[in-house]
Amino acid sequence: MLRIKNLEAGYGSLRVLRKVSMHIGPREIVTVIGANGAGKTTLLKAILGLMDSRRGEIFFGEQELQTLPTERIVSLGCSLVPEGRQIFAPMTVRENLVLGAYLLYRNRKGEGVEEDFERVYTLFPRLKERERQLAGTLSGGEQQMLAIARAFLSRPRMLLLDEPSMGLAPMMVREIFAHISRLRKEFGITILLVEQNARAALSIADRGYVLETGRVVLQGPSEDLLANRDVQRAYLGRDLNG
Amino acid sequence: MYWEPDKELMDVEEREQLQLERLQSTLNRVYAHVPYYRKKFDEAGISPEDVGSLADLSRLPFTAKEDLRENYPYGMFAVPMREVVRIHASSGTTGTSTVVGYTRNDIRTWSNLVARILTAGGVTKDDVVQIAFGYGLFTGGFGLHYGAERIGASVIPASSGHTQRQIKIMVDYKTTALVATPSYALLVAETLRDAGIPMSALSLKYGLFGAEPWSDRMRKEIQDRLGIIATDNYGLSEVIGPGVSGECLEQRGLHINEDHFLVEVIDPDTLSPAPPGEIGELVITTLTKEAFPMIRYRTRDLTSILSDACPCGRTGRRMTRVTGRTDDMLIIKGVNVFPSQIEAVLFEIEGTEPHYQIVIDRKGAMDEVTVLVEVSESIFFDQMRRQKEMVELIRKRLAQELGISVEIKLVEKKTIARTDGKAVRVIDKRKL
Repeated sequence: MLRIKNLEAGYGSLRVLRKVSMHIGPREIVTVIGANGAGKTTLLKAILGLMDSRRGEIFFGEQELQTLPTERIVSLGCSLVPEGRQIFAPMTVRENLVLGAYLLYRNRKGEGVEEDFERVYTLFPRLKERERQLAGTLSGGEQQMLAIARAFLSRPRMLLLDEPSMGLAPMMVREIFAHISRLRKEFGITILLVEQNARAALSIADRGYVLETGRVVLQGPSEDLLANRDVQRAYLGRDLNG
Repeated sequence: MYWEPDKELMDVEEREQLQLERLQSTLNRVYAHVPYYRKKFDEAGISPEDVGSLADLSRLPFTAKEDLRENYPYGMFAVPMREVVRIHASSGTTGTSTVVGYTRNDIRTWSNLVARILTAGGVTKDDVVQIAFGYGLFTGGFGLHYGAERIGASVIPASSGHTQRQIKIMVDYKTTALVATPSYALLVAETLRDAGIPMSALSLKYGLFGAEPWSDRMRKEIQDRLGIIATDNYGLSEVIGPGVSGECLEQRGLHINEDHFLVEVIDPDTLSPAPPGEIGELVITTLTKEAFPMIRYRTRDLTSILSDACPCGRTGRRMTRVTGRTDDMLIIKGVNVFPSQIEAVLFEIEGTEPHYQIVIDRKGAMDEVTVLVEVSESIFFDQMRRQKEMVELIRKRLAQELGISVEIKLVEKKTIARTDGKAVRVIDKRKL
């Protein structure tokens, strides 16, 4: 579904990604794990056309993405759930969701929007309860649900999630990740999940890539990465000296 | 039957993407963790970042057996020792051994790859698999063992040798698949015949043979005598052990596990790529090994690549059976001679047994080659004339094939020492 070859991207003279190649099959959950500054967010931005300087190949299905503006990429079915949620705090939950459904309103005159809202509310009953509440008053976990729900309303074929676990309590992380799994299972949405929380990410992902200073140093089935000692030491916080 | 159909039947373009991803991450790792590779890459003026396609592989330096020896024992490991759960050593057919290591993931990968090859060779969970490879530092025994166990077959770790006991096990335990060297399979067949045990006493269906070169004639001999389908499989400890490639029941060459190994065939003299389909030295790059990754390892094994489709449906390329090694190439009277050439000729001649030995000596400045050939008893006790005719026939055929003249000596059956492992085909007495 997504195929990247030799992707290089950076800011000015700073090179962040160095010949990154990866692929995501249809209905796969793939995670990219790595420390702060490894290039994870840059990777997502490069896919979505949010980086000025980038080289390499990015294919979404048969469509080459390098030359397309972000809005075209999004309308092809590639949606981002950004780091730090980026919800509109002074607006209500409902209003935030309406913004996510913008493409549906524009392209299909709102047709099917009500059904989509119902679907979102079934997935996230908590958002239904707080429909009229200001988004800024939601808890961190609820805000994350809102961000995911908002992206879901653009009817993506692939969802790119940037650190959805950030700042959340372990229990809430589990809940959010269970929701992400359901998006694949119930709606067939392909997921690219960028995470520092390697354990949580690998627990739902089929495969993973380990990014270190802009390079892929390891890749493979989640099972293999969980068993890899480098991953355990660097990303799973396991003390191997004990 | 496939073990991992999603990998074995993978779309070629998809596989190439996977190979590139794996190659790039392997290069990033070896450059960071193995001083030997970092130095070699730096000297060659190439960095992992310069590799953006599979074709760029050819810009990387080769790794040779000598490099492994210089880094003996652990210098080529890409992980700390505490991550290594298994150590093997090369079987040391030639020279000193080299030490290789495996992480837990490597063992799992290895088991899976061997399971693919066993499955391709007919083995299922319903089979009773007798493994007559040595268990020990040699990768053959444990490699096949873990693969067969992975499939769920009933594994008999018989190990090598004790042929009488092997046969008792084979008959009594109703072994359905035999794993051994081809020369050992022949020895088993011979021993069975001598003991008067008929083929009907065996439950054998499949034989999976490897670890030494063998010919099609030898395959036919083994198949006929043991009543099995015999397939060839290939591997070497420096790369992983068995599991690099293996034949399917079509017997049309060995399917390479290309999602884990990148293969090239080069001219061993010029080091440039051999023309497509031509025989040359096999060079392997590992794509998934953690503890002991190999970049462009010169195997010294001679083979060629088959790119046409196999009726079994596997999409990877295949290699022809290894016909010899660059280092068992004999230079006799200035001519390059491979033992496999001699074997091929002998097998075409009626009345010879599939056992032979090449003895090379030097008288003055001249190389002298004597080929000892076992012949069936009937000929041996027959009149001198027939023996003479046979010697002449072999001499003539070998001269045609090799371009040099050799002495032929017919010997009685079982004169040539049998081994439990790899056969000793060449005795070079020359003091060079």
